[in-house]
Amino acid sequence: MLEVKEIHTFYGLSHILFGVSLNVDSGQVVCLLGRNGAGKTTTLKSVLGMAPPRQGQIFFKGEEVTGKEPYIMVRKGVGYVPDDRRIFADLTVGENLEIAARKTEERKDWDKNAVYELFPRLREMDSRKGGFLSGGEQKMLAIGRALMGNPEFLLLDEPTEGLAPVLVRVLRGTIERLKGFGLTVLLAEQNVKFTLRLSDYGYIIEKGQIAYKGTVKELTENEEVRKTCGIQ
Amino acid sequence: MELSQSISFAALGGHFFVGLSRAMILFVVTSGLSLVLGVLRVPNIAHGSLYMIGAFAAYTISRLFGGGSTAFWLALVISPFVVAAVSLVAERLLFQHLYQREHLMLLLFTFALMLILGDLVKLVWGAGEYRSIVPPQLLKGSASIFGSSIPRYNLFLIIIGPLVAVGLWLFTNRTKMGKIARAAAVDREMVGAVGINVSWVFAFAFVLGCFLAGLGGALVAPTISVSLGMDHDIIIEAFLIVTIGGLGNMWGAMVGSLIFGLTQSFGVLFWPQFAIVFPYTAVVIVLLWRPMGMLKSVW
Repeated sequence: MLEVKEIHTFYGLSHILFGVSLNVDSGQVVCLLGRNGAGKTTTLKSVLGMAPPRQGQIFFKGEEVTGKEPYIMVRKGVGYVPDDRRIFADLTVGENLEIAARKTEERKDWDKNAVYELFPRLREMDSRKGGFLSGGEQKMLAIGRALMGNPEFLLLDEPTEGLAPVLVRVLRGTIERLKGFGLTVLLAEQNVKFTLRLSDYGYIIEKGQIAYKGTVKELTENEEVRKTCGIQ
Repeated sequence: MELSQSISFAALGGHFFVGLSRAMILFVVTSGLSLVLGVLRVPNIAHGSLYMIGAFAAYTISRLFGGGSTAFWLALVISPFVVAAVSLVAERLLFQHLYQREHLMLLLFTFALMLILGDLVKLVWGAGEYRSIVPPQLLKGSASIFGSSIPRYNLFLIIIGPLVAVGLWLFTNRTKMGKIARAAAVDREMVGAVGINVSWVFAFAFVLGCFLAGLGGALVAPTISVSLGMDHDIIIEAFLIVTIGGLGNMWGAMVGSLIFGLTQSFGVLFWPQFAIVFPYTAVVIVLLWRPMGMLKSVW
């Protein structure tokens, strides 16, 4: 579904990604593991078109989409959940969802009600301003907002960051359910335990380059990976 | 207090209503400026020029239809759309490429645009010549309220102001486009990342803001002589008003306009020679007390 080929991405003069390549097949949850500043967020932003790569190519559903603007990528079926949530603070929870609503003939499963079914907590807060939610609630809202666009492919950036352990468990359940709905997910994370349990395939990124890749089994058995990721 | 004893209750009331009506014209213009500031982050100095074009357009349209009552209403309805059309062209050709620039560049750019539009108005309409619009029959003459005699046209303005405020509130809070505009005011990039083509949202907000400038110009036309230079006068006042009200806050524009309009009007009553000082003094006091403006700024 997604194919990233040798992309080089810059922020101004600083070179962030050095020839990153990765593949995500339809229906898979693929993870991108790495430390802070390794290039996870930049990789997701490159795919979405927020940080277009200067070299290399990106294909989505077989079509080249390198450098396309984010709104076009979303219309093609990509959903984006940023690591810093970026909830529209002045808008209510309901309004945050409403403005992101987007349906097509083939993709129309998600609406406000379906999001509230997934996150019953948000329903209670429908008329509360987004800025007044807790971190965990904002995270749910950010996921819900991305789902409102009825994506086929979800870019999830550090969903567990700053969440209490109990919420991390809930989140894992949610992502498993989304996978059950047929959604393809590219998940950028630092939380190794959480991530490997969910994923079909994984990439490990270090200093803007893919250091290792493999199935979850291969990654957990690889001595180098165990060391870099701190798996016991 | 020798001064205040000589001022009758009727005069006080009269000046209150005149100040209020002036405030409403200021509000119509500044709410547009504030919308553009809030959503697009563009300090549009050419906003005053669009107000001037609105007034000139109203003059021409009213003449075109014979200058009667019907002509006035047509001018009032059509000229804001003329201004909106001008602003749409300016947005698509110029502004849309400049949103990412720093504010200093935008100030210089819109200042240049003000000079160009000012000269264009001079080219099209010429200088000199006294221009004025007669209000329609319905709004001619005065009405008596609490013993003060108020021009009917001013009462009309006092009704229009709140209508515009309610309309804008409904737009920003009840329509999808308005909600998107509010979101874009805070995080433009994220609005794009939920699948919205921000470019057209910005164009719409810009044109709506300029439409209000045009409406303000058309509304003010019967109360003044429509002339070159009215762009400079209004833009200074308009920027002061959005600053004391809170940048990008529509109710702030309302509060700022009321402060400005009323102090101006009461200044004329209390100390005519120094009337012009009053609103500016009020601005200084407000900013000393609340440097970010009375209401919450979106900046």
